[in-house]
Amino acid sequence: MSLDDSYTTPDGRTIGGVLMEMKNITLRFGGVTAIEDISFDIREGEIRAIIGPNGAGKSSMLNVINGFYHPQDGEIWYKGERRQAMKPHAIARQGIARTFQNIALFNGMSTLDNIMTGRLTHMKSNMILQAIWKGPAEREETVNREKVEEVIDFLEIQSIRKTPVGRLPYGLQKRVELARALAAEPSLLLLDEPMAGMNVEEKEDMSRFILDVNDEFGTTIALIEHDMGVVMDISDRVVVMDYGKKIGDGTPAEVRANQEVIDAYLGVSHD
Amino acid sequence: MPNQLLFAIEVTINGLMAGVMYSLVALGFVLIFKASGIFNYAQGVMALFAALTLVGIQNGQVPFSHLINAVFGTDIHHFGWHVPAFLAILLAAGVMVLFAIIVERYILKHLVNQEPIILFMATIGLAYFMEGFGDLMWGSEIKKLDVGLPQGGSLWLEAKSKVLGGDGFYGFYIDKLDIWATFFAAVLVISLVLFSQYTKTGRALRAVADDHQAALSVGISLRAIWVIVWSIAGFVALVAGIMWGAKSGVQFSLSLIALKALPVLMLGGFTSIPGAIVGGLIIGVGEKLFEFLIGAPFLGGATENWFAYMLALVFLVFRPQGLFGDKIIERV
Repeated sequence: MSLDDSYTTPDGRTIGGVLMEMKNITLRFGGVTAIEDISFDIREGEIRAIIGPNGAGKSSMLNVINGFYHPQDGEIWYKGERRQAMKPHAIARQGIARTFQNIALFNGMSTLDNIMTGRLTHMKSNMILQAIWKGPAEREETVNREKVEEVIDFLEIQSIRKTPVGRLPYGLQKRVELARALAAEPSLLLLDEPMAGMNVEEKEDMSRFILDVNDEFGTTIALIEHDMGVVMDISDRVVVMDYGKKIGDGTPAEVRANQEVIDAYLGVSHD
Repeated sequence: MPNQLLFAIEVTINGLMAGVMYSLVALGFVLIFKASGIFNYAQGVMALFAALTLVGIQNGQVPFSHLINAVFGTDIHHFGWHVPAFLAILLAAGVMVLFAIIVERYILKHLVNQEPIILFMATIGLAYFMEGFGDLMWGSEIKKLDVGLPQGGSLWLEAKSKVLGGDGFYGFYIDKLDIWATFFAAVLVISLVLFSQYTKTGRALRAVADDHQAALSVGISLRAIWVIVWSIAGFVALVAGIMWGAKSGVQFSLSLIALKALPVLMLGGFTSIPGAIVGGLIIGVGEKLFEFLIGAPFLGGATENWFAYMLALVFLVFRPQGLFGDKIIERV
């Protein structure tokens, strides 16, 4: 399979060209190397998983993609251009949205307001107009509110629209966080352990939402997940990391057959 | 109605009005603390600086005239014009925005991710710098601030309320300036609340107050938000400076009103705008009533100086987060 060719998956989705390419990324914290010389790509329309044991550097990788960390070495190519080191909020404006491992919602705000913050990158009116709530500012609120309502319907969270998110159960908070990221209509959606701490039923719901998002909006998704069953079920291609190095990359079936991956997960006997 | 009760009512009303003034100062603290976790020691000095700037602009004072005269041997003090109050207020607000930009650019930007205590120390430095800078820029003499607000007791109210009591009761004495201060404070708070609830920037402000990382991930620039927050705090300081300055003249002891805001914040909670208002009102009424009922008759008076702090201490013991503050919960 060549990198620039688009292809169609067995279930009929089209996977396009390369959306993001990480080239030889190295990230160090003082003397600790969190990521060592890792390269991989994310193609348009695919669900790309990053897996690996605890401390493998998966979250660091996500943080590099969305700009919380800046790698010491390597290049990041996004939409065909080399990306310079920039602030996370600027990267968000380029269409990269994310969720967090330990939910990072705005607890004091309602579900609706939380999701509305996801629309900030699409709102341009200036402060003076906002202050008097007239003209473009008023129209903008209405238009974006409609978008947000679409996302709310899609994720089936109509009933908690006005609830302060701090009061919601864990599973629903995760869903609101996904909604906030989706509201930004991102080109690339990063999910950091979207199913961590969920029960089976909640996991099934979340898997369904991730697949639906990808299917209906064609959103490219990169996700980190611990639950192997889920990862193998929903992702098109998988990167496997261990101790900051890449030890495997390919379709779920290829990765599952990879001896190094099996060793990393099950341990190697030294005899 | 017995006169004693009427006096108590009058004291309460005056206490409420004084409380509004405390709330105005406390409000500036809460805004910055909520958004950035910084306890801005300089808030009081900001009120002073804003008032100084307003008076300076109004009277057409030449900034740094003392310095210029000393260095170049000239003798200039005034441009010789008078700027109308409304325009002068707008210009002073502009100066406070400029101040916010400078603070962000030269202080906050370099202290990102530092401990709160470091940021607190930075604001102490800022406070002393600004006090000296204000002195250098506008001179240290006590200035009269007059933006056209009516002063003195309201005769109308006094005459109307006189009938409530018997002999020896001459009606409620309420300062017109206090009534205006209350009015402006109410308008200010309502517009702040509406702005933060129903606009995009307001949502971004609340988002930053809640979670910096999440705010960044949805595309909010922290630096831009800090400039906005400090600008709003500067504007609140200007309003507080105008009210306090009109009441007691613009003098350097004005910066000490920040100390009165501390017990207000302990009472109301550092993170709550309604808390700042209710806290201010409780302290205002509390100290006036305490003086009237207990202080003057039994303790020899002058209880107003310490009552607020004592009340705050009691609160610290029984409800450390204040009336409206976020509960302090540690997950085990």
